[in-house]
Amino acid sequence: MKLHEYQAKELFSRYGLPIPEGWLAKTPEKAMEHVGRRGFPIAIKAQVHAGGRGKSGGILLASNMEDAYKAVYSIHGMRLRTPQTVGEGPTVNKLLLEKGVDIDREFYLSIVPDSSTGSLLIIASAEGGMDIEEVAATHPEKILQVQVDPVMGLQEYQKRRVAYALGLTGELFASFATLLAGLYQAVLENDLLLAEINPLALTVDGDFFLIDAKAKVDSNALFRQRKIAAQYDSSEEDPLELEAQRHGLNYIRLHGNIGTIVNGAGLAMASMDIIQQAGAEPANFLDVGGGANEDMIEHGFQILLSDPHVKAILINIFGGILRCDILATGVVNAARKTGLQLPVVVRMEGTNAEQGRKILAESGLDLITATDLNDAATKIQELCLT
Amino acid sequence: MSIFVNQDTRLLVQGITGKEGQFHTLQCLEYGTRVVAGVTPGKAGQEVAGISVFHTVHDAVQETGANASMIFVPPPFAADAILEAADAGVDLIICITEGIPIHDMLRVRRALQGSSSRLIGPNCPGIITPGVCKIGIMPAHIHRPGSIGVISRSGTLTYELVDQLTKAGLGQSTCIGIGGDPVNGTGFIDCLAAFAKDEQTTGIVMLGEIGGTAEEAAAVFIQEKVDKPVVGFIAGLTAPPGRQMGHAGAIISGSRGSATAKIAALEKSGVHVYQELGQLGAFCAKTFAT
Repeated sequence: MKLHEYQAKELFSRYGLPIPEGWLAKTPEKAMEHVGRRGFPIAIKAQVHAGGRGKSGGILLASNMEDAYKAVYSIHGMRLRTPQTVGEGPTVNKLLLEKGVDIDREFYLSIVPDSSTGSLLIIASAEGGMDIEEVAATHPEKILQVQVDPVMGLQEYQKRRVAYALGLTGELFASFATLLAGLYQAVLENDLLLAEINPLALTVDGDFFLIDAKAKVDSNALFRQRKIAAQYDSSEEDPLELEAQRHGLNYIRLHGNIGTIVNGAGLAMASMDIIQQAGAEPANFLDVGGGANEDMIEHGFQILLSDPHVKAILINIFGGILRCDILATGVVNAARKTGLQLPVVVRMEGTNAEQGRKILAESGLDLITATDLNDAATKIQELCLT
Repeated sequence: MSIFVNQDTRLLVQGITGKEGQFHTLQCLEYGTRVVAGVTPGKAGQEVAGISVFHTVHDAVQETGANASMIFVPPPFAADAILEAADAGVDLIICITEGIPIHDMLRVRRALQGSSSRLIGPNCPGIITPGVCKIGIMPAHIHRPGSIGVISRSGTLTYELVDQLTKAGLGQSTCIGIGGDPVNGTGFIDCLAAFAKDEQTTGIVMLGEIGGTAEEAAAVFIQEKVDKPVVGFIAGLTAPPGRQMGHAGAIISGSRGSATAKIAALEKSGVHVYQELGQLGAFCAKTFAT
């Protein structure tokens, strides 16, 4: 679950991290009120769940009223397309206004749980404000990575390593070490999958400020992060994906026209691949899970049918605990209830597969039964050609 | 022989009194697995299918000599359940639970380093040595005893492959689902090392998927240490970057974890990569025959 910049900053500031003075505005009018009261320079920043906002016109700096007015009205309501967004990008309906600071140096600082080393990884660079992936690709020597043992916690020498690598000594070392410790604590206590400050600014007066901040919370931990869960802004999510979530379905919308209903994430991904190998494009990822019942199959159908791009559906089920006869009944009922008009290829294997196929065959519905995965691929291919 | 489980495996089930725990305990019993104890805090003295329930794993181990545990404890308590099993000296811990927070698993993984316990999972279907011992939620009837070792990050995808292997006349020595989470216990390399040493195993199939770098690391290991033929398959060629495909670990982030990178790494190491899932069983039959 992604947080907005203003939410991440609010969270980090509770751990003593210094954030610039800022105000959130949901309308352009409110935004202009803040501008009038606070003076210049002021940064006007789109609050959407995506990086790359600056380069895409989602962040502007104004030094007078006229510029501020132009900036506020151009950003609010815009669809922000950045390298990290899909399609036309999310609509900006919240602005963060921030007092400008006099920046001397900019750093990159982040902490992520790293699965390959089983550690909490601190990533730091004196090349702040840049796309860190790009720095990593072109100048890996400019990035420092420090692995923190999740049981031992952040050690003093690790703080020194990071600070000195960034060229921070004396008083700057002390204030940076406190900041780093606060960020580490924030990651631990809030189940963060990402805490990123880019840039971390050092002003000419020797003060640190979080100019941009990103935070991502582990969705699996929301049961113990209720406060954060309540902050979730779902307005940028695909409406069909939200609908699927409500029914406990794991659905991701893609751009093709062959819909899929599969049990199990790995098999669902593999089924998408099969569709592409057959010369078509998958319209979605949909894992109904091992405990799928008739209702879930029906909701899955309805969601696929709500996507106007879907021209045909592949149902691929390997019945383990989920019995094929139960699934077949679900498919038949869902097809009848939704008045299914699209061609549907059904392939089921595993527990009670024979009975399942019989139920489909005797339903009188125009379902295309595939005997195995190969056959399913061939049948999808035939559908694409006609 | 087989790897990790055999006829001497004595299983206890943590979370045995829950709906899933009960159901799968019965399935394992039916298959012939020696289920010797159950654990649910607060429910000592009860029985599930004639199996005694204990308050703690320590009690269960002391009373029954259990040396393996299958965990069906809900996600908020699952990491604690794994630590409890390890502390009680259980050799093999199989955690089926899906949805454990990653920070919990980081601590668990660290705690298990240097311990004698082996963790499989979490978020996995379990492990089976066909005809001998099943610990997990996989449909038993598709398996046949044989000489092919199977390692996978996914559940139903494994069933798909095993079914094809059996139909192609290839039985399995042991099939292990290592789970779809980014931080897990036993990985591809542990399993590859064990299969490489196992006399019964003559060929290995590994099913990978997008996300992380475990397949890339496995590729390096195979090149250096495995002289048995390995067939590989990677799910997620069509998965877009930045979207998590069901499994918490299945996400392409930045330059890491794409299917094409994994396929290239495996092919470079001499793994027989084959991406037509519908004919993977037949491909294995051909590859392992030569």
